[in-house]
Amino acid sequence: MTAAVFFGCTFIAFGPAIALFLFTIAREPLRVIFLIAGAFFWLVSLLLSSLVWFISVQISNKESAAQQKGLLIFGVVLSVLLQETFRFAYYKLLKKANEGLLTLSQEETMPISIRQLAYVSGLGFGFMSGAFSVVNILADSAGPGTVGIHGDSQHYFLSSAFMTMAIILLHMFWGVVFFDACEKQRWWAVGAVVISHLLVSCLTFQNPEYVASLVPTYVILFLMGVWAFYSAGGSLRNLKLCLTCKDKDLLLANHRPR
Amino acid sequence: MANNAEDIENNMNQQEANRSPDSTQKPQETGVPRARSRGGSAAGAGAGTGGGGDSGGGGGGNGTGPEQNGQPPAAPTPRVVEREEEEEDEELTLKYGAKHVIMLFVPVTLCMVVVVATIKSVSFYTQNDGQRLIYTPFPEDTDTVGQRALNSILNATIMITVIIVMTLVLVMLYKYRCYKVIQGWLFLSSLLLLFFFSYIYLKEVFKTYNLAMDYITLAIIIWNFGVVGMMCIHWKGPLRLQQAYLIMISALMALVFIKYLPEWTAWLILAVISVYDLLAVLCPKGPLRILVETAQERNEPIFPALIYSSTMVWLVNMADTDRPNRNSTEAASPQQEPQEAPVASPVPSSPSQDDGGFTQSWVSQQEHRLGPLQSTEETRREIQQMPSARPPVEEDDEERGVKLGLGDFIFYSMLVGKASATASGDWNTTLACFVAILIGLCLTLLLLAIFKKALPALPISIFFGLVFYFATDNLVRPFMDKLALHQFYI
Repeated sequence: MTAAVFFGCTFIAFGPAIALFLFTIAREPLRVIFLIAGAFFWLVSLLLSSLVWFISVQISNKESAAQQKGLLIFGVVLSVLLQETFRFAYYKLLKKANEGLLTLSQEETMPISIRQLAYVSGLGFGFMSGAFSVVNILADSAGPGTVGIHGDSQHYFLSSAFMTMAIILLHMFWGVVFFDACEKQRWWAVGAVVISHLLVSCLTFQNPEYVASLVPTYVILFLMGVWAFYSAGGSLRNLKLCLTCKDKDLLLANHRPR
Repeated sequence: MANNAEDIENNMNQQEANRSPDSTQKPQETGVPRARSRGGSAAGAGAGTGGGGDSGGGGGGNGTGPEQNGQPPAAPTPRVVEREEEEEDEELTLKYGAKHVIMLFVPVTLCMVVVVATIKSVSFYTQNDGQRLIYTPFPEDTDTVGQRALNSILNATIMITVIIVMTLVLVMLYKYRCYKVIQGWLFLSSLLLLFFFSYIYLKEVFKTYNLAMDYITLAIIIWNFGVVGMMCIHWKGPLRLQQAYLIMISALMALVFIKYLPEWTAWLILAVISVYDLLAVLCPKGPLRILVETAQERNEPIFPALIYSSTMVWLVNMADTDRPNRNSTEAASPQQEPQEAPVASPVPSSPSQDDGGFTQSWVSQQEHRLGPLQSTEETRREIQQMPSARPPVEEDDEERGVKLGLGDFIFYSMLVGKASATASGDWNTTLACFVAILIGLCLTLLLLAIFKKALPALPISIFFGLVFYFATDNLVRPFMDKLALHQFYI
C-alpha cells in the first residue's frame, strides 16, 4: 500500500489518457467541452443500466449467490450495450449540431471535424469509465492495509490499474472506429466495435486469473489501435514521415503563429 | 442568488459587428440580453446579519434580468449593422463561446477541488458539533423520519424567506440610492470572510496535520492575507490574485454551509434556491429583474464587488463622457472604477464596462462561536460580456471577459462538497456531481446563446447535480461496488 502504490497505480491507469488530454485537447476549448459532454453521456448510460440492474436485484432472490452473480453478468452486458447505444446517440447529436452550425454560418469549414469529435468523445467515454472503475480503488490503496490478506490475489491494485488503462485507450479507439463506421455507413464495423467491447468485458469475468483477462485485452487493444489508426486516415507512410519528423503537414500544424 | 448566464455570444457578435463598421464607441451591450449568474444570493441568507439575513443579498445580486451594462435598453442602430455580419461571426461565436465556457469551467473546477480536498482531509467541516445557523433552528436528529422531514422543510422555508426578504431589502436600498449602506455591507462581509473564516480554516488545517503554530506568526499571516484580499477585491490588484481570492472566499463560504446546514435541509435549500432563482430572474416582477432594470434606467453600474472576472475590465469610451479610454496596461484596477463611481458621487458620470452586471455579495455576520454560527455570504456575479468598442483593440478574445457571480461558485461547490462528505459512494458520486454541474453550466450558456435573454445559471446545474447525486448514490454505487468486488469491468 502507501503512497508508492497509490501514485504508481494512478499514473499507470491515467497516464496515457492525461498525456493525450494535455497535449491534444487542453488547449482547445471546444474539444474540452465535447470531452466533458462525452463523459456525461457515458454517465447517463451507466445510470440507466444501474437502474435496470437495481430493479432486477430488488425483485430477485437476494439469498442465492449464483442468481446474484448471474444478475451481475446480465448487468454488465446490458451496461455495455447501453454504452454503445449512447455512443451512437452522441454521434447523432454531434452530427446534428455540426449540421446546424454549418447551415448557420456560411463558412465551409466547421470549427471541429467529425474525426476530432470521434477522438474527443471516445476519450471522454474512456475517462469517465476509467475513473468510475478505479478511483475508489485508488483511494483505498493510499490507506493502510494489506492486499490479499485473506487469500485473494496480491496483484489487485496493479491489475486494476492496467485494466483501466486498457479500457480508457480502448474507448478512445472504439470511438474513432465507431464514428468513422457510422459516417461511412459500415454497420458491420459498428457491430464489430460492440462485439469487441462485449468481449473485453466478458474477459474480465475471468478475474482474478489476470493472465487470462489482461493479455487478450491488450491484444484487442493493439488490434483496435491499428484499426483506429487506419480508419482515422493514417498509413504506414504517414507514420514513417511523422516519426522521422519529415511530415510537413504535422510540422506546420504544430507551428504556432506568434 | 439568481445567476444569469450572460449572453456572451451575443455580446461578442455585437462587438464584432460594431467594431468593424464604425469606430465610434457605442454602448455595446444595449439590447443584448444577458444571462447573469448570480452568486450565492441564497448563500447570504444563512448568516444572521444585521440586516437580518443576507440571503436576500445573494439573490439580489444576480437577479437582474436582461442586463445591459447600465446602458439604455434601446439601441437599434448597432443591431442593423450587426445582422449582416452575424452569420459570418457564427463560427467565431462558437469559438468564443467555447472559450468563455472554459474560462468559467476552470475557476468553478478549482473552487470545487478546494472544497472537496478540504472536506476529505479536514474533519472539522464534516463534524456535527450540534451547532446550527440561526436560520435553520430545527434539528434533524429527531426520532422519526416524518419529524425530520418536517423540520428540514421548515428550515428550508425559513432560509428561503430570509433570502427573499434580503433581496427585497437590497432592491429597496438600491432604488432609494442608499449606496453607502450597500457598500458598507459588502465591505463588512468580505472583511468577515477574509479574516475570521480564514482564521478558522487555517486553525483547523493546523489541527488536522498537527502543526504547531504560535499566535504571533498566525496573526501576521492572517493579517496579511486579509488585507491583501480586501485590497484585491475592493480596490486594485493583479488579476490572478483577485481571482484566486474570490475562489478562496467562495470555497470558505461553501465550507461553512456544508458544516452548518443539516443534510436534508441542505438538499432542500439547494432545490428551492434553484427554483427561486428561476422565478426571480424570469418573472417580470422578480426582484432581481427590477434591480437590473433600475440600474439600466439610471445608467449606472451595479456594484461589481465580488464578481469573478476573467479579464481586465476596460472602460468604454462614450461619446458623452469625458472619461478617457484605457488600454490594457492601465487597467490595473479593472472593476474598481465602476465601484468607485457610485461611492464618489451619487450619479456616476459614465457607465463603466461593468454595467449591467449586478453583483451583490452579502456576507452574513458571524457571531462568535458561543452561540450559533451565522454566516452566509451572498455574492453574485454575472456573466457579463464586457464591451470594448475601441477600434485599436489588439485581440478580440483578450477584451472579452466573462464574469460569474460568486453565488454560483458557492452553491456548486456546496453541492459537490456535500456529495463528497455524505455520500457513501465516495468518489464516484463526487465525480458524477462534478460532471453534472459542468454540463449544466455548459447548457446554460448554450441556452443563453440560443434564446438571447437573461437566464439564471443555477437551476440547470443544480438540478443535474441533485439528480446525479441521488441516482449515483443509490443506484450506481451498489452496482459499481459489486463490480469492483469481482473485478468486472464494463
